[in-house]
Amino acid sequence: MIALTINGERRNADVPPDMPLLWVLRDVLGLTGTKFGCGVAQCGACTVHIAGTPVRSCVLSVGHVGERAITTIEGIAATPNGSKVQKAWLDLEVVQCGYCQSGQIMSASALLDAIPHPDDADIDAAMAGNICRCGTYVRIRQAIKRAAAGA
Amino acid sequence: MSDRKDTPASRASTQVDKPGLSRRSFLEMSAAGAFLFGFCVPLRETRAAATAPFAPNAFIRIDRRGEVTLIMPQVEMGQGTYTSISMILAEELDADWSQLRVEHAPADAKLYTNPDLSIQATGNSNSIRAFWVPLRRAGAATRACLVEAAARTWGISAAECRTESGAVIHDRTGRKFSYGALVDRASGIAAPNDPVLKEAGMFRLIGRSLKRVDTPDKVNGKATYGIDVLPPGLKVATLAASPVLGGTVAHVDDRRARAMPGVRQIVVLDDLVAVVGDHMWAAKCGLDALDIEWNDGPNAGVSSELIWSRLRAASIRQGAIAKDVGDVNKALGGETSSEVVTAVYEMPLLAHACMEPLNCTLKISPTSAEVWIGTQVMGRVRAAVAKASDLPESQVIVHNHLLGGGFGRRLEPDMAFSAARIAKHVDGPVKVIWTREEDIRHDIYRPAYRDILWARLQGGRIVGWKHRVSGSAVMARFLPAFFQKGVDPDGVDSAQDIPYDIPNMRVEFNREEPPGIITGFWRGVGPNNNVFAIESFIEELARQAGKDSITFRRSHLDKTPRLQAALDLVREKSGWDTPLPARCGRGVAAQIAFASFIATVVECEVDEAGEIKIHRVTSAVDTGIAVNPDTVMAQLQGGLVFGLTAGLYGEITLKNGRVEQSNFHDYRMLRIDQVPSIEVHVIKSGEAPGGIGETGATASIPALRNAIYAATGVPLRRMPVDRALLATHRKPK
Repeated sequence: MIALTINGERRNADVPPDMPLLWVLRDVLGLTGTKFGCGVAQCGACTVHIAGTPVRSCVLSVGHVGERAITTIEGIAATPNGSKVQKAWLDLEVVQCGYCQSGQIMSASALLDAIPHPDDADIDAAMAGNICRCGTYVRIRQAIKRAAAGA
Repeated sequence: MSDRKDTPASRASTQVDKPGLSRRSFLEMSAAGAFLFGFCVPLRETRAAATAPFAPNAFIRIDRRGEVTLIMPQVEMGQGTYTSISMILAEELDADWSQLRVEHAPADAKLYTNPDLSIQATGNSNSIRAFWVPLRRAGAATRACLVEAAARTWGISAAECRTESGAVIHDRTGRKFSYGALVDRASGIAAPNDPVLKEAGMFRLIGRSLKRVDTPDKVNGKATYGIDVLPPGLKVATLAASPVLGGTVAHVDDRRARAMPGVRQIVVLDDLVAVVGDHMWAAKCGLDALDIEWNDGPNAGVSSELIWSRLRAASIRQGAIAKDVGDVNKALGGETSSEVVTAVYEMPLLAHACMEPLNCTLKISPTSAEVWIGTQVMGRVRAAVAKASDLPESQVIVHNHLLGGGFGRRLEPDMAFSAARIAKHVDGPVKVIWTREEDIRHDIYRPAYRDILWARLQGGRIVGWKHRVSGSAVMARFLPAFFQKGVDPDGVDSAQDIPYDIPNMRVEFNREEPPGIITGFWRGVGPNNNVFAIESFIEELARQAGKDSITFRRSHLDKTPRLQAALDLVREKSGWDTPLPARCGRGVAAQIAFASFIATVVECEVDEAGEIKIHRVTSAVDTGIAVNPDTVMAQLQGGLVFGLTAGLYGEITLKNGRVEQSNFHDYRMLRIDQVPSIEVHVIKSGEAPGGIGETGATASIPALRNAIYAATGVPLRRMPVDRALLATHRKPK
């Protein structure tokens, strides 16, 4: 049994320690907001925060999480930057199919945690690991700046 | 699934109509071959039951509390159709926009067939075009019933009443009925066959950039895609299908897999092996632990070289004639005449790579099947599952969900068929998930195309034009009735109706199916290839004529002022006439595709190694009435990125019958650090709405190609961009 802290709650999962966190969240704990896209940390759809740092949960063994707090898209609204990012996403209608947007929002809110007023190069560096097949990148960039301006 | 959602879209549930409810058939399907079928608002028989809501047609239901439920005949895959369709219905109904509920339509060909496609499908960028009139009529007819009910109650004429925000109002007396209060009275009133529609000037919703109904749950993890369903007792399966099309399983050693924790079952079928586990990780580990030997079958020797050599050989033949105007042979003076300009363009096979990998969840019993999926073709999914599970279609229930990208991939039911073949061996519900590698390697690919064009210039004008398209005929497989006399209407779409005014022209289609691979629709479909070939060739002709690219196009568009206006606007907004440094260039592309008129300029820089940096993209679009202008803008922005991705990176190749690409490291996507500012200017128009979902993908590939041409002098003839050609041509020719 592995004990985890997810979005401030203690959760237990009877899973092998080498199981990627992504599948523990989705298939065992029913937190399906975190998405499977590639399985090899190429697309960022599975991004979650581990102790505030954005991590690709498809390649993170659950056994390596330890005591560190996990934040997923379901819990990001409770963080100051997370709620600002969500609001900016809605204000600018960033989303199309939406499948990658959990990961985009997790990466964007971690960026604002680290750099409150990111420039374009900061945005490129923080967000280039997140693919959006619908091509919403222009609005993602605008929304990050808007969320930062509201800080 | 769950009731954890709270926005209109997420409250969507797929309701299966109660049996015994008879309906009038609304489709007059005559002989195949015509694109448009007769269409009227599908009516429901009025129900008299005391508890029944008011549901005068297939799209609207109003309950006693006044809650208006709009049933979505088209699926939401990011294109914003739930919002646009709701706006159209609510506009004519005069519903209260803040009180709407949105529901996925069930699989029901009688009620929800797309009138432009003849099946229940979302595709070809035609949701608004196909349903614009039917939905307005549905809304207006419903409104008319409610007004009539109020007028009868008040003992006045309907003409004295008006409607606003979900209420009928009689101004003279100040009386007012909410729609909910009229449900019982309206139920007995026959809907008018020919309701009066609003004049465009009366629109309250259409034309406004209203917030999308599906987005709130897409930023907080609550939105449910097909891959997210969790019916009780669910198991998860993943599969390996024969790496070669038509191959079979020769032998499976499953000893190691069976011993793995969480692995419950191994399903071996003729052409695939699936491992069922407690979760995806167990299934995937189990699959990796299998030792599978395949019989590759007849396609073992297929390679990209073979596919291209066959297509190139076929393209030399004369094709079936799709259009013939004037006397093209005389105008050209023969294909080999010294005055004839000719060029050959090639487009590669492409995968769709939707962010949501293919998946389908099923629960199959001996007497019924239940399916959870996100699909563009609900009816075909139902038929595929029925066939795979030996059940009548009436015993198959399909729950549709939000799609994590469609782009044409989910116009196919193959994933549901394969998943059903697996699920019928599994006790209880099972979610079958394709890994990204299986998704890329078992796509139904955008066809490879080869286009040959010939033209002759006289006094700076094109006097003769011949365009031969060679490639797969997707329609011949997808909707065979549309494939007539050797011409695939999609294959020549935007080519046979080329916008340029040319007195003598011929368009031919040459069907050549590639071996060892299945081809299908991909965002932009036929126009994607044709606009690329035409706009690349026009660019070369403009150079030959010594004319400015926009001026040359414009001079052949006197009969198409809407496209001229788009070109004029993009010229201004892109800074077309301002100088650029060396190795930088602007390229333009003009198109009428999906009934929208679009001009696009890409500005890029090509470095000495041939690598490309895109600086700016500007598009001007006249799509007729823009139901939701912000959605039009968003679709174009995203579509332009989709096209640029294909132009810069997209190509599927085969070796030994196997697709060589597998994941995003070798099937690359454009990322945020490569995407420039993209400006879209929507031209105000009162014309009927055009399609928009695919237009950006069609526009940006030729505009990029022409920008590279301007920057380097190298006229690329094949996509994706070959950097080596650009690196070796360091100076303009």
